Amino acid sequence: MITRQISVFAENKPGSLARVTGILAREKINIRATTIATSDTFGVINLIVDDPDRAFKALTREGVMATMKDVIAVVIDDKPGGLDKLTQCLFKENININNAYGFVLESWKTAVFVLDVDQKEKTVEVLKQKGFKMLDTDALSSLEPFHYIKY
Amino acid sequence: MYWEKEIEAMPRRELEALQLSRLKETLNRAKASTHYREKFNEIKFDPDSLGSLEDLGSIPLTTKDDLREHWPYGFLSVPKDDLVRMHSSSGTTGRATVVFHTLKDIQGWADLIARCMYMAGVRRSDVFQNMMTYGLFTGGLGFHYGAEKVGALVIPAGTGNSKRQIQLMRDFDTTTIHIIPSYALHLYTTFEEMKIDPKKDTRLKFAFLGAEPHSEKTRLKIEELYGLKAFNSYGLSEMNGPGVAFECPFQNGLHLWEDHFLMEIIDPDTLKPLPEGEEGELVLTTLTREGMPILRYRTKDLTRVMPGPCPCGRTHRRIERIKGRTDDMLIIKGVNIFPIQVEKKLMEIPGVGRNFQIILEREGFNDDMIVRVEVEKEYFDGDILHLERLQRRIVEELKSDILITPKVELVEPNTLPKGEGKAQRVIDNRKE
Repeated sequence: MITRQISVFAENKPGSLARVTGILAREKINIRATTIATSDTFGVINLIVDDPDRAFKALTREGVMATMKDVIAVVIDDKPGGLDKLTQCLFKENININNAYGFVLESWKTAVFVLDVDQKEKTVEVLKQKGFKMLDTDALSSLEPFHYIKY
Repeated sequence: MYWEKEIEAMPRRELEALQLSRLKETLNRAKASTHYREKFNEIKFDPDSLGSLEDLGSIPLTTKDDLREHWPYGFLSVPKDDLVRMHSSSGTTGRATVVFHTLKDIQGWADLIARCMYMAGVRRSDVFQNMMTYGLFTGGLGFHYGAEKVGALVIPAGTGNSKRQIQLMRDFDTTTIHIIPSYALHLYTTFEEMKIDPKKDTRLKFAFLGAEPHSEKTRLKIEELYGLKAFNSYGLSEMNGPGVAFECPFQNGLHLWEDHFLMEIIDPDTLKPLPEGEEGELVLTTLTREGMPILRYRTKDLTRVMPGPCPCGRTHRRIERIKGRTDDMLIIKGVNIFPIQVEKKLMEIPGVGRNFQIILEREGFNDDMIVRVEVEKEYFDGDILHLERLQRRIVEELKSDILITPKVELVEPNTLPKGEGKAQRVIDNRKE
């Protein structure tokens, strides 16, 4: 259950992110999650989108330096200790996390934690055994709109 | 006020006769080198046939490329055992231009520096703090030997560590400094931070500004900030280093020591000599060098000969402060850098894309070199750590090559101008 993350190189200056989101908006690509890692003069924008292949093509066609990478999207409980359950499990198996970020799926119910790890197959196996649900690209793209606020 | 009056104020006619006899000696010595033997044979030139100084024009010019091509020993006129020192031009590695000296060369050079320092007013009672790099760079050791010859107390401080520099000045009553002009301006900010006023709290009288062209405005600024007299020093490692031309107390042009160097001003395009007083490229011939005579060397520096005699009484003609370069050499913090060096180094580093750009900025009194580098598309794997590693590597590799620590900015492929010319590759935002 592997999904794909798009990483985009961006100079640390006004308009860099707008350029990327502009392309994705024109292509009607939905962004499900994003994080930005910044160094002094440049950064990397990580994106989880509903159609990574199309997004990647559109970005590179416009001259954006981008790359695709396999990541694992794990469904966790959106409640205290939800993320801890996952990270303790990875720690026990001595799995190192290179990068990670999360987003809420349904407030106070479920969230998704995106993991970039070295041992992807092993991680998937371990998580399966422990009963974690993982989402692939199709599952991510068909996710219902997020409910950020629940009345 | 003269170090050697009979030479410094020698009547022109005598000086020119001295030049001619020294030129003949130099040509005969040069004949012993691989490079000039080949050149003389090519044009069937016989040094003994030289009738006047003007005849020198029939000898081909020598360029930095010639020096590189015959690296390291192709210009030697003496056996290697006779050499006592080598120096190398700043900022280049690999096939840097190397200059070798015999003991007599070193002594002659020291004498020239002593002449310059004495002319400015330095005496035995002075304390001289030499704030130039000691090592392959000629500015450090060159002045060091000259100052000892004058009999001043020399503090071989070297570069950097501003607080210690100021401490040395205060502890040992430094009267004279040799400093890169941009560093002199920068050092003043440290004085301010330490709440020390160089005008009141030091005994500084003279500053020798070298290794970097600077404007009259910069000189006046340094004189005002420090309360001293600042003198412009000109030289290049191929012609020993400092001590080629120097300002006298009238501070109006630099006396070029014509008993040691023969000067011509040529049109950099046609390579023809220009009438006296016109601006062009300075071409120099060593007249006393034993180890490695260099004939008609293209300095790539633009200047002109100033008309008329100098009120100081010296008969050696004056050149104007250097106006610029005929090539794309950059001078940053006293270090000579060619964009091609940066390019070569960058292209050796995996992950570096096709284009780059050098931006020079002046922040306060400090010069910064920013190198914008395109990242190769294939190198980008989304990992910011890899990019940071690439950035660090570029900084380290450039630093080891050009001796300046640049700020490196990584940019996307195909975002920088593709041109080869200096105009696109280099943006110099340093304003006076």
